[in-house]
Amino acid sequence: MTSTTQSIAHKKIFEISPTRQLAMGIAELLIAAIILFGFVLNTQPNTLTRFVMTPGGIDIGTMADWIIPTQPTLIILLVITAAIGIYQLIRGFGRVTNGMVGLSGLCLLFGFITWQAGGTSVNLGGMLASAVLLAVPITLGAFSGILSERAGVVNIAIEGMMLMGSMIGALIGSITNNTWIGLLGAILSGLFLSAIHAVLSIKYKINQIISGTVINIFSAGMTAFISQKYLQTNQALNNPPLFSRIPIPGLANIPLLGPLFFNTNVFVYLMFFLLIVIQVALFSTRWGLRLRSVGEHPRAADTLGINVIKTRYMAVLLSGLIAGLAGAFFTLGSVGRFNEGMTAGKGFIGLAAMIFGNWRPLGAIGAGFIFGFADAIGSKLLLLGSTIPPQIMAMAPYLITMIVLAGFIGKGDVPAADGEPYEKE
Amino acid sequence: MKREPKKIEEAGQVLLQEINEPGDEHLTHKRSLWNVIAIPGLAILTGLIIGAILIIATSTTVYAAFGHSFGRGLATAWQEVITAYRALFTGSIGDPARIINALASGEEAAIRSAFNPFLESLVQATPYIFAGLAVALGFRSGLFNIGVEGQLFIGAACATFVGYAITGLPGIIHMPLAFLAGALGGALWGFIPGLLKATTGGHEVINTIMMNWVAFRLTEWLLSGPMNRPGAGGMPISPLIQDSAQIPQFFQTPIRFHLGFFIALGIAWLVWWLLFKTKWGLNLRTVGANPRAAKYAGLNVAKSYMLGMALSGALAGMAGAVQILAVNRSMALGLSSGYGFDSIALALIGNNHPLGVVLASILFGTLRNGATRMMVVSRIPIDIVDVLQAIILMFVAAPAIIRGLYRLRKPMHEDETVFVSGWGGGQS
Repeated sequence: MTSTTQSIAHKKIFEISPTRQLAMGIAELLIAAIILFGFVLNTQPNTLTRFVMTPGGIDIGTMADWIIPTQPTLIILLVITAAIGIYQLIRGFGRVTNGMVGLSGLCLLFGFITWQAGGTSVNLGGMLASAVLLAVPITLGAFSGILSERAGVVNIAIEGMMLMGSMIGALIGSITNNTWIGLLGAILSGLFLSAIHAVLSIKYKINQIISGTVINIFSAGMTAFISQKYLQTNQALNNPPLFSRIPIPGLANIPLLGPLFFNTNVFVYLMFFLLIVIQVALFSTRWGLRLRSVGEHPRAADTLGINVIKTRYMAVLLSGLIAGLAGAFFTLGSVGRFNEGMTAGKGFIGLAAMIFGNWRPLGAIGAGFIFGFADAIGSKLLLLGSTIPPQIMAMAPYLITMIVLAGFIGKGDVPAADGEPYEKE
Repeated sequence: MKREPKKIEEAGQVLLQEINEPGDEHLTHKRSLWNVIAIPGLAILTGLIIGAILIIATSTTVYAAFGHSFGRGLATAWQEVITAYRALFTGSIGDPARIINALASGEEAAIRSAFNPFLESLVQATPYIFAGLAVALGFRSGLFNIGVEGQLFIGAACATFVGYAITGLPGIIHMPLAFLAGALGGALWGFIPGLLKATTGGHEVINTIMMNWVAFRLTEWLLSGPMNRPGAGGMPISPLIQDSAQIPQFFQTPIRFHLGFFIALGIAWLVWWLLFKTKWGLNLRTVGANPRAAKYAGLNVAKSYMLGMALSGALAGMAGAVQILAVNRSMALGLSSGYGFDSIALALIGNNHPLGVVLASILFGTLRNGATRMMVVSRIPIDIVDVLQAIILMFVAAPAIIRGLYRLRKPMHEDETVFVSGWGGGQS
């Protein structure tokens, strides 16, 4: 039986439409043009950029400052993006198209800070460290989306589940004064909302986008309601303990990588753990194969004896679990209190990262890091003395997603039966 | 409405018209009234019951009373709900005793203020009407416009800009101009996802979600940068619009009832006329019902998508414009209390029909207005309205739950509204 399901899952041919090839190429050349006219031509020769490579408050795994000549660095970035753009227009990158768009985006971001910090210094290490943290909810949100959409259930309720998770995490964390119980509460609240999503969209077959909207509105209302009724009137209920930094012995001493990945929040470790688990489970086990076949061709999967309904329920519940975890990051991993609407669209950026990452965990984490890096730069723009408003910078993830989507649908890795209820004949 | 095809190109359209509007009008009318009212009505009732449970469950006085004795607990719970819902009613419709007294006294001012709660409900309903129409028109055209919120913000920003930056125009020109600017801004914001869907196949749901957030960031930047009010001290708020751009309010200041409500009714009629009485509307609906068949009938599906999204966006833009020009008079970030997302519920409750949308909007406006009073009297946060709206939306979207709860029979023939599917398959 395994061999037959395998042939179904692998039959789909990866193709890139001409529109998409053109759009991506133009976008990459546009980035090259920004680097050329915005940065290279606006830099004095012989200026140096100094990057401080150790995030603040870190005393193990320190690294010497990194000093680079500004203009030559920018020219190298320009050549890379221009080459990517030209190759994309002429031949196309096929499967790695999105990866190349991402690489160009990274060149743009790196070029931007190199140019902005020309003649002065900037703490790149600190920026990267905050980028990793900012990437956590986005990436976890994307993981949540991948699990449910790979099984054919669209989940735009990630935002709502995250918001609920962050509120419940803060509330239960404060009551028990225990981060782990708070985390468990957040995860369970995500699970609860995803169960509603699952029942509505799988059992009652209502439009999955409407069902997601129901949960988003419900969460926004319910969290604000409870927040005003309890958290704001009694501050003790909104004062959860925070997960502290846990250094991993040995690895934490590696310069730069140590402070970024091995001397950090438990959520970052969980993110990498989930990356491996989801990647292996989805693409190397029979379980994952079944889950994906349900998202690609439920009828065929059913004929082969896979329980479509059960598989979808499981996928959506797992999705909610991870979304709840992502929500807990806000209150228990980062801020230490709940504010109304504090997820501020991160769930939707997670959705964007999922699309950008081709519905694959590795792609999602890559997209998450790029979006997180853009976020980190955006929040430091004023410090850098930039004239670019941070709000414009914050639009980037959404715009990138719209560009990446162009000519994408119905092709590539999108689960073919995504969003379609399954009715047994 | 049998129609002989005159030209060969019309043959497909006539066929589609017959598919879309099956004959036997009597049959459809007989079942429709109960069918149309039952599900939304029971959904609202169930929503209010769940709201009552929420009120009881979060009331400390009820818990204290239950500590005393079970009977007293029940009585207090009942009292608590009655107080809250009475406040909801008097805050949104008016206090019957006060209305009678005012009418008896014959004083104009007293009558006006007695009716103010109801008028204020209509004020609250006005942006809902536009936003609900936007979603309904999208659904009818086979488009899921989840980006009403963003289009509303852009529309409001455009209306605000025209409202304060242009000076020296008479009101008869300036006000419509500002309103139109709002509609155009929204139309542009809706047109972009429509264009992307038509030319590249990018799904409008994702693109409108992304456009929402671009719109939020853009307005944030506009309000704190180019459109910032001089002397606002860094607060993201726009200058006040000119007097000539204001949509007039009918009475003195505490009563905010304004002309915009009637504009909304007019626009609702226009949408009905466009959708059901013109060839354009027929084309939109045909594409919405079955894009593949429409394509074979010779309709331009791409054009229909672009038109549908632009019109839907224009209606959403009007929602923002009317709110600025008639009520707020300047733009701040707290412009919308989630009109864009509530409008999906409005369209569904109203069965995607303009009249239904108007009625549903008045209901939601009433709820929101009454909840303000309920917050004052019973200290129940106004956000309970969002919870109620989510629950109502859920029940309306899943009538099977309501039928199960109230043991209703499934109607013999049910209109299955065709919604868009996800972004996987189903694309032409």
